[in-house]
Amino acid sequence: MTENVPNRSEIEVPIEETKGETVVKTEPPKPVKKQVDRRSFFSWMGLAWLSFTAATLGMAAAIGRFFFPNVLFEPPLTFKAGYPEDYIIGAVDERFKESFGVWLVRNSEGIFALSTVCTHLGCTPNWLGAEAKFKCPCHGSGFYKTGINFEGPAPRPLERYMISYAEDGQILVDKNRKFQYEKGQWKDPDSFLKV
Amino acid sequence: MKDIINVISDPPILFTLLVIILFTSFKYSEIFWSGKAMIVVGVSSVLFFIVSLFDENFLLIVTKPDNVPIVGLIFLIFFFTWLAMWQAVNNDKRIAAGKPVMEAEIEPNRVIVWPDLVYIELIALTLTLVLLIGWSVLLEAPLEQPANPANSPNPSKAPWYFLGLQELLVYFDPWIAGVLLPGLCVVGLMAIPFIDKNPKGNGYYSFAERKMAISIFIFGWLLLWILLIVIGTFLRGPNWNFFGPYEYWDVHKLEPLVNINLSEIVYIKWFGVGLPNNWFLREIFGIGILLAYFMITPLILTKKYFSDLFLKLGIGRYAIFIALLLLMVSVPIKMYLRWLFNLKYILAIPEIFFNI
Repeated sequence: MTENVPNRSEIEVPIEETKGETVVKTEPPKPVKKQVDRRSFFSWMGLAWLSFTAATLGMAAAIGRFFFPNVLFEPPLTFKAGYPEDYIIGAVDERFKESFGVWLVRNSEGIFALSTVCTHLGCTPNWLGAEAKFKCPCHGSGFYKTGINFEGPAPRPLERYMISYAEDGQILVDKNRKFQYEKGQWKDPDSFLKV
Repeated sequence: MKDIINVISDPPILFTLLVIILFTSFKYSEIFWSGKAMIVVGVSSVLFFIVSLFDENFLLIVTKPDNVPIVGLIFLIFFFTWLAMWQAVNNDKRIAAGKPVMEAEIEPNRVIVWPDLVYIELIALTLTLVLLIGWSVLLEAPLEQPANPANSPNPSKAPWYFLGLQELLVYFDPWIAGVLLPGLCVVGLMAIPFIDKNPKGNGYYSFAERKMAISIFIFGWLLLWILLIVIGTFLRGPNWNFFGPYEYWDVHKLEPLVNINLSEIVYIKWFGVGLPNNWFLREIFGIGILLAYFMITPLILTKKYFSDLFLKLGIGRYAIFIALLLLMVSVPIKMYLRWLFNLKYILAIPEIFFNI
């Protein structure tokens, strides 16, 4: 075993020598290509950067264009909701929930428009008629028929939208204006339609 | 029997039981994390699972394609926690007997990487790939109808890895449960190597040498992360109500959950007066409690329990440690307050979107 050690080193030495020889012998052939001078290098680089910048800007513009689509499939923010007689006293009306995201609730005094967006994290609660409450399927927030929060994590009541009469006597709901209970805005006459 | 399990799996009871079991297991680590204990608990939980499959409600919730990974997760988490703790406890015995740790016997002062670890990784990689392909072929993707903002599925569940956060959202304001707490988890985990300078346990498993670090970590990991995912997956049904594992998911299950804020308890219940209009006056008690929790408890803790640690870590490290610890403990505290007293928010200022 001990004899093998010097043997190895003997073998290794000639390998190193041959390596050195090959480096000396084979010099790289001189490039036949035309030399690129400094000036043309910079002009080509300038062109490359310019085109890169232009392409990036173009892409940014194309992406920006996506934020302004030609057609917007969103329901209008104001809509007519029929006549007050269409609504039963004490009932929550769900006919505009899917199309406009609004519940119309009529009590003995009048009608108000409740937003269908949970004030906790924005899911759409369900109206549970048997329990007389709105209940959110995401985190269990519960709201009374008035929109006041009473269970689960929702920190504030559902928002109400502006409601008034149109010229033809129909109910007009305007989602541009909303009324928040915790800011005392439900006292605003625009948030409630007296019938 | 089924009724008992349904009752036990109610979050406050389940959580309390698991906290007790976990900390007893840390106290008597040699018994709880032994091979025998693993066999007993493993076999009985598999048996429990198989017997439970005969219950239709249990079968339905467990075999839902969304939930299958969580079933695997429970068993895997349990096994690997045991594996680590078992090695740690074994090493503790060796250290106590004056022998070198297991890892040192294989290769002192080194971790074996090539070819051992690399081969293991290659095999694990291949097996995982096989498993994933088999899984994706056998189980159908749980696809639903096209999304409709007006129609939230009931219950609406996040992907399984977010269900722990969704469970937290039940107890906290969205910005706390969705941004602050997960952010603190990440920041806190990153801070561990800077806070914890203890060189013991480097390159080998040990529990006795790092009791506090391991206990805090396993508590946060198993009970505040994994358990919440399990609860969110299996025990939350329609309207995000709580349902036991054998309970039918009744959409009309009525649970009285009328929550009130601290300000309402103090002013209306105790003082018998209305809420003040000024929100600062209204929330003064909540502000006081929070200030006391974050200012006075650290002082008491430092004086009574952590005085050695304070000297060892130094003021900067210690302050970060105690802040992170208090924030972590505040999560179950808030959950208990909700479970036991229906307390919604300690500090509720909807005027400026600030609720705690």
